Amino acid sequence: MRQLIIIGSGPAGYTAAIYAARANLHPLVIASSVEAGGELMKTTEVENYPGFPEGIQGPELMMKMQEQAEKFGAEIVLDDVVALELEGDVKRVTLGNGDVHEALAVIFATGSAYRKLGLPDEDRLSGHGVSWCATCDGFFFRKKTIAVVGGGDSAMEEATFLTKFADTVHLIHRGDSLRASKVMQERAFNDPKIQIHYNTRVERIYGDELVTGLGLIDTVTGAETTLDVSGLFIAIGADPRTHLVHGQLDLTTFGTIAVDGRSSRTNLAGVFAAGDVIDPTYRQAVTAAGSGTVAALDAEHYLASLPAELRAGAEPLAATV
Amino acid sequence: MSNAKDVTDATFETEVLNSSDTIMVDFWAEWCGPCRAVSPILDQIAGEHSDKIKIVKLNVDDNPQMAMKYQITSIPAMKVFRGGEVVKTVIGAKPKPALEADLAEFLA
Repeated sequence: MRQLIIIGSGPAGYTAAIYAARANLHPLVIASSVEAGGELMKTTEVENYPGFPEGIQGPELMMKMQEQAEKFGAEIVLDDVVALELEGDVKRVTLGNGDVHEALAVIFATGSAYRKLGLPDEDRLSGHGVSWCATCDGFFFRKKTIAVVGGGDSAMEEATFLTKFADTVHLIHRGDSLRASKVMQERAFNDPKIQIHYNTRVERIYGDELVTGLGLIDTVTGAETTLDVSGLFIAIGADPRTHLVHGQLDLTTFGTIAVDGRSSRTNLAGVFAAGDVIDPTYRQAVTAAGSGTVAALDAEHYLASLPAELRAGAEPLAATV
Repeated sequence: MSNAKDVTDATFETEVLNSSDTIMVDFWAEWCGPCRAVSPILDQIAGEHSDKIKIVKLNVDDNPQMAMKYQITSIPAMKVFRGGEVVKTVIGAKPKPALEADLAEFLA
């Protein structure tokens, strides 16, 4: 049995791991098999993480966080959690490979998953022109006409990135103004390859083998138009990834995990949550990292409050580094 | 990084299309994070089922002809070939159990 298991390996999970490891809790980090490092692994330049005035590549930032956590004694497992038992003093975490790990405390930092448009042909054409990852798939749209749907920072980032490859990028947004930060908006406005369509909704995705076009609706007039594109990149936000804890942890009306005030404490003793999975509002790498810190400190405090005989059953604390 | 053999535009016909084995081609690129994540999982599957399926890799940066021919628009893309024909396509990095389920008919 462990003192602490951390589920998730984005900025929240790794920052929690750095703090917990430095507190000699020898945390086990369940990092995921194919999504270790989280959302930043799919980004390019990160320009707003403090300490990197020249910017830093998202994957590089996450590799450094992992390295920093390991340096202080965190142990990282590249597998996925398939089941969680969070009630009682001892928490049980079951992995995809069948291993079961036990711990006195758990930090849940699973982040969020890309939102879909919910259109009938979206899944069928996913990977055939419909994409959620410009950095992965942009390369295949050299000299093509494509569309990005969304109005936030991630939509601006995708659109701007995709102009490296595509001839024309149509940015399709439901509202009459963008939600993205000013600097990202400016970049999109000033890019001659980006055409912004306000008050426009994607109604249909056309294509048999590959995407060939979109059916659009003007949200003001109701007018229907079609747009020939060979790719559609969807960047309309993300939903907290909570399916593993449904029925165990209380959720908010936003679907995020409910925590007590500014703490990371969930409704279950010994279970803490951090990062995008508790945050319906800010969802930045640096706020997630801060949230991971809170969770590690809360977990440390909780473990210190447990009866000595219970803690004695857990793996000895790591040697001081 | 990976144990899988590289195939190229030039060797694709001999190594994949004319092969009598069941061959899965992993279309990938250096800059694709999910490709790097799924690569060791493919190695494991290949190792555990070496009598059933062979896994090779095609770098889409260096081999645009095959990437275009097979209409790759998203990577990682894994295509299973038998007798020169694509018999299965799996797109995106997935955990090992999910990939094994997708490939079940070739691993049994």
